[in-house]
Amino acid sequence: MSSVENTVSKPHPGKALVAGRRSRLRPPNWRGSVAVVGFFLLWEILVRAQVSGFAQIPSPVTVVKVLFTSYLLDPGYWESWLTSFQRVLYGFVLAQLLGIPLGLLLGTRKTFNYLFYPVIELLRPIPPLAWVPLSILFWPTAELSIVFITFIGAFFIIVINVHDAVRHINKEHLWLAQSLGASRGQIFRRIIVPSVIPSIAVGMTLGIAVTWNVVIAAEMIAADSGLGRLTWEGYVSHTGPVVIIGMISIGIAGYLSTLVVDWVEKRMMPWKTR
Amino acid sequence: MTAKIRSIASAAGHEAQLDLAPRPAHGKLTITEVGKIYDPQGAAVVAVSDCSMDIAAGDFLAIVGPSGCGKSTLVNIIAGFDNLSSGEILLDDAPLATTEQAPRPGSDRVVVFQNGALFPWKSVLDNVMYGPLVQEVMTHREAKRKALDLLRRCGGLDRVAEAYPAQLSSGMQRRVEIVRALMNDPKVLLLDEPFRAMDTVSKTTMHEHLLEMYHVCRKTIVFITHDLEEAIFLADRVVVMTSRPGTIKTTLDVTLPRPRTAALLASEDFRALKAKLSAAVHEEAKRAFERGEREQA
Ligand SMILES: Nc1ncnc2c1ncn2[C@@H]1O[C@H](COP(=O)(O)OP(=O)(O)OP(=O)(O)O)[C@@H](O)[C@H]1O
Ligand SMILES: [Mg+2]
Repeated sequence: MSSVENTVSKPHPGKALVAGRRSRLRPPNWRGSVAVVGFFLLWEILVRAQVSGFAQIPSPVTVVKVLFTSYLLDPGYWESWLTSFQRVLYGFVLAQLLGIPLGLLLGTRKTFNYLFYPVIELLRPIPPLAWVPLSILFWPTAELSIVFITFIGAFFIIVINVHDAVRHINKEHLWLAQSLGASRGQIFRRIIVPSVIPSIAVGMTLGIAVTWNVVIAAEMIAADSGLGRLTWEGYVSHTGPVVIIGMISIGIAGYLSTLVVDWVEKRMMPWKTR
Repeated sequence: MTAKIRSIASAAGHEAQLDLAPRPAHGKLTITEVGKIYDPQGAAVVAVSDCSMDIAAGDFLAIVGPSGCGKSTLVNIIAGFDNLSSGEILLDDAPLATTEQAPRPGSDRVVVFQNGALFPWKSVLDNVMYGPLVQEVMTHREAKRKALDLLRRCGGLDRVAEAYPAQLSSGMQRRVEIVRALMNDPKVLLLDEPFRAMDTVSKTTMHEHLLEMYHVCRKTIVFITHDLEEAIFLADRVVVMTSRPGTIKTTLDVTLPRPRTAALLASEDFRALKAKLSAAVHEEAKRAFERGEREQA
């Protein structure tokens, strides 16, 4: 009779399973590289051929030249990076620190929910950039107002995600924890919090993208520093290469932040195998 | 099977034995005229009505019935997840659920749910240890030893102790859930269609594991299922519930000897019981279907 055991599944030791995660690295994609080279080539050609619309746009070669001669070694350029990163970091982290507990409270406390949820629903549809003028009027420094707007960008997203996750917790998990003797506090810490971690991760992924959008726009409107400002100044002073350098820098910065957030999320959810 | 039973027995701290374990001292369920109405002010869905049964300590009872007839509702009431609208339930002659008493879940009645409810963020071992640790009735070391022991004897599950549930097959997950329930040494084990989504081969293995477990650490088991063969193969008694509102239509005593093995499925007695049960269930299913058509019209 016992010969049938384990027909259910291949016997596999758990340790090996956990360790044997598939690597993220993909084999190099030569078609992709050809396309990228083609893109820059086409751009260069269009600029050189002076196709209409491209009159004020610098060629990639010019951009690279300017980048190497006057930016990569310029501490001012790197300061712009640092400034923008700091704003994103403060706004984003603050949004998580306040938003996650708020979402949990909204989901678990009825009275709290009745009191505060309407206010949140009222403010949530307002796009973060609509807060710019008010924010400048309210906060004593431009720096604070930009961090605040950045915060708004990620805050409502994380609140709504966490709140929604608490409402949709698997009730059988809650029941089981009760059956097995968990107290209310234990259920909160050991069941509710881990249940919403995947939604926190979603909120963070969405939030970091919005945060970069918001910080760049806010810098163009209201700041005298940062990558957004750099790009905008390039436009105002008719220096095409700077505009492109700014755009590329922002793209890279956003990408790096996403990598960091992904890394954090993986640490938060060791049980997700992929 | 004998060697296996011995090993499970010693893991669970019982004397090794080949006969069915004696009736446990606790776990008698008395269900009297239980009724359940969902949303009494509004839609007033009568899910269960006038449902009575006596389950002796150590009995293996199966409940079959058409979909939506209130089987899960009954389990949830016994488990203390939901209140009842009328009647009462006693556990070992003490009130468990009455109309006055708010529902109160406890580790003496553990449920294995139809969709599975292992905590995905905990490893297999942590899932199994959860009950005793959260109740603080065992130290971490004791809990770990007992958990690994039980896991090992339930088909070598200790090899996946460090894995997360999502990495296991559904059959393994379900076995882990049963082990998690057993860790708490419950008086009553409530199994709500635990093998519903499983193929026949896996199911057979699961039945063997469950029967071995029952043979050794005998407990009151309420087993809900759609599968008539499963019900007869496992249980001492099969209760057929009617379609909504769920009441008890018939009770069938299964007199097949234990320990039961797959060979039993081909026996004359088994087939006779199955024919009898099928007749009762199909009559009910037909009635439910016709009533459904009438409601549609
Ligand atoms: N919370 C609820 N509110 C209102 N009606 C409910 C609720 N839960 C269940 N019901 C209804 O009560 C009836 C019995 O449901 P229950 O889940 O107990 O059936 P079941 O026999 O377990 O069905 P299945 O075999 O599909 O699992 C169903 O008609 C269902 O729609
Ligand atoms: Mg059900």
